[in-house]
Amino acid sequence: MSAREEILARIRAANGAAQATETEVPRAYRRSDGRPPGHPELLDLLEDRLVDYRAAVHRCGPEEVAATVEGVLTEALGPDRAEVLAAPGLPGTWTPSGAGRDDGRPAVRLSECGAAVTGTAVAIAQTGTLVLDAGAVCGRRALSLLPDVCVCVVRADQVVGGVPEALERLDPLAPLTFVSGPSATSDIELERVEGVHGPRTLHVVLVASA
Amino acid sequence: MSRTFLGMPGIPHGTGNLGGEEPFPRSAARHLADHQMRANLANATGTIRAKRASVVSELPDWEELRESGRAVKEATMARLDEHLVELERRVTERGGTVHWARDAAEANRIVTDLVRATGAEEVVKVKSMATQEIGLNEALEEAGVTAWETDLAELIVQLGDDRPSHILVPAIHRNRTEIRRIFLETMPGVDPDLTDDPRQLAMAARAYLRERFLRAKVAISGANFAVAETGTLAVVESEGNGRMCLTLPDTLITVMGIEKTVPTWRDLEVFLQTLPRSSTGERMNPYTSTWTGVTPGDGPGEFHLVLLDNGRTAALADPTGRQALHCIRCSACLNVCPVYERTGGHAYGSVYPGPIGAVLSPQLTGVEANPSLPYASTLCGACYEVCPVAIDIPSILVDLRGRQVESDRRPSAERIAFGAVARVMSPPRLWRSAQRLTRLGRLLARGRATLPAALPPPLSKWTRTRDLPTPPSETFTRRWARDHGDRT
Ligand code: SF4
Repeated sequence: MSAREEILARIRAANGAAQATETEVPRAYRRSDGRPPGHPELLDLLEDRLVDYRAAVHRCGPEEVAATVEGVLTEALGPDRAEVLAAPGLPGTWTPSGAGRDDGRPAVRLSECGAAVTGTAVAIAQTGTLVLDAGAVCGRRALSLLPDVCVCVVRADQVVGGVPEALERLDPLAPLTFVSGPSATSDIELERVEGVHGPRTLHVVLVASA
Repeated sequence: MSRTFLGMPGIPHGTGNLGGEEPFPRSAARHLADHQMRANLANATGTIRAKRASVVSELPDWEELRESGRAVKEATMARLDEHLVELERRVTERGGTVHWARDAAEANRIVTDLVRATGAEEVVKVKSMATQEIGLNEALEEAGVTAWETDLAELIVQLGDDRPSHILVPAIHRNRTEIRRIFLETMPGVDPDLTDDPRQLAMAARAYLRERFLRAKVAISGANFAVAETGTLAVVESEGNGRMCLTLPDTLITVMGIEKTVPTWRDLEVFLQTLPRSSTGERMNPYTSTWTGVTPGDGPGEFHLVLLDNGRTAALADPTGRQALHCIRCSACLNVCPVYERTGGHAYGSVYPGPIGAVLSPQLTGVEANPSLPYASTLCGACYEVCPVAIDIPSILVDLRGRQVESDRRPSAERIAFGAVARVMSPPRLWRSAQRLTRLGRLLARGRATLPAALPPPLSKWTRTRDLPTPPSETFTRRWARDHGDRT
């Protein structure tokens, strides 16, 4: 018997012996926050949570995105900065002048870039989480991983209350990355250190609705 | 429950790093003498406990989430065969390859062959309990392949030639001074002026590992969840080493216990809320990655999923103990356990320490191979209170003790006592007469709060280390009957 057949047979025998019966799964927890996406309270909550993780949050209007991103990059990287790469599908009005587009270069070269600029698929206010879906606006996964500074642009209408509302808006078949603050470790005496292998700095540009 | 469960014929137990060479009481006594470790542990577990309590209290629907989590796991196990077949179908549809491993040796062989086929001589690894359980690193080493652990704590453990002592913070027993020393002694090219500041230590690890991530051709990971209906795998982490492993190499091999399956995408909405709050005490961990098979142009071009049994089906056959398979490895039960806090993880001998280890390890190996672990607990119940999937660890422990006693042919005080309890608790009439017998105990106590320390042998083995409360003058059932005018 193949390992597959044998394991499946063992499971059936075990469930038979234990007289396992399938039960209903109750879902009495909150599946919706009650506030619609982009509600001003959700934006405040998201900002509060992100700052708690030591990410920097910058708010701006829909016309000011490129300028805000530009300001963040100048502050983070200094005047003669290393190359900045934007996700291939990042809207032009969000992309600062001087930023290149990710051209699918090998990881070693991506690692040499100073910063990445990406969009976001959905943001979760209660947990301070941005979800990137590897589409054209968010870019491939390595883009938001290798450069030391990551700038993510979030539209107000993408901000939902809780985890259930986020999952129902996402495509499980896309490679997803849930980002809650910069990478961090608490492995040494539980003291939190930001920035281990992922970007050491996370900037979030939160764009008000038009 | 008149018959204790002694395993199912035909369903073999697991092998691997699931038990120590010496019984728990002896290794615990040795580890108790390590004052440095005890101080580190008390500090660390105290901090996580407080953080967890604070973020859990933020969620008004915590109990509902906990109940749903428990129910999802129970429902999954009842039809695990169907869910695994569905998972296999979805992963395959999306370009992945699924392998099945009956035990540790088979899983090691599958992974080693897959790595060999790529020609790689090294692999990067993201922390995974399953691969520790099967001893994969050692198997790879024998085949001439070097496995680099990339989780900071695992790296500390690996460089220090040590063993992990906590599910989530494997180097919890090491303080910053010790870590600095390990790095200075073992990390090639490390700055000799390295201080013991955690930030500096973390940056040393970043530089050391970045190079390895960029050149690695093969990565090996575990998985926190696998969604059957979509074929989606999920890894929950903090440092970004997981993302590096899941994204950069050409080949990804994921080794996963069959019990990690959940039926639907929607089920993740429960665990993605309860797991981070229970484990690190965060609202959400820094990074969670999900992927489904292979995505052209993004990440590894080749994906292998190894589904591991290694004793899980044997545990599944146990009506009480199968609950242990619901564990999502958050480690909350370790952090609240008074025994764990004092002995540390190494005393348990298994890669699964603490309360969950005390029930899971003997279920996977069979209790005969791990006879002392079910006693590594005071049955205080704190583990059950914090468990995000409501595993009744104390009940499983009691059940396992009964089974251990039954499987051991030599007469011992426990054997007599637990055997008697099991027999007597079933028919109500016997139970009531046994309760009346406790009046004898009151006579022995002569009005003091505890029974005299020395009962005659073999019972002296029990009372030497325990204060037995003097039995109350009236049993609960009698009192209930009196107060409520009810007959029992
Ligand atoms: S038994 Fe429960 S509390 Fe312990 S690690 Fe598993 S899920 Fe967490």
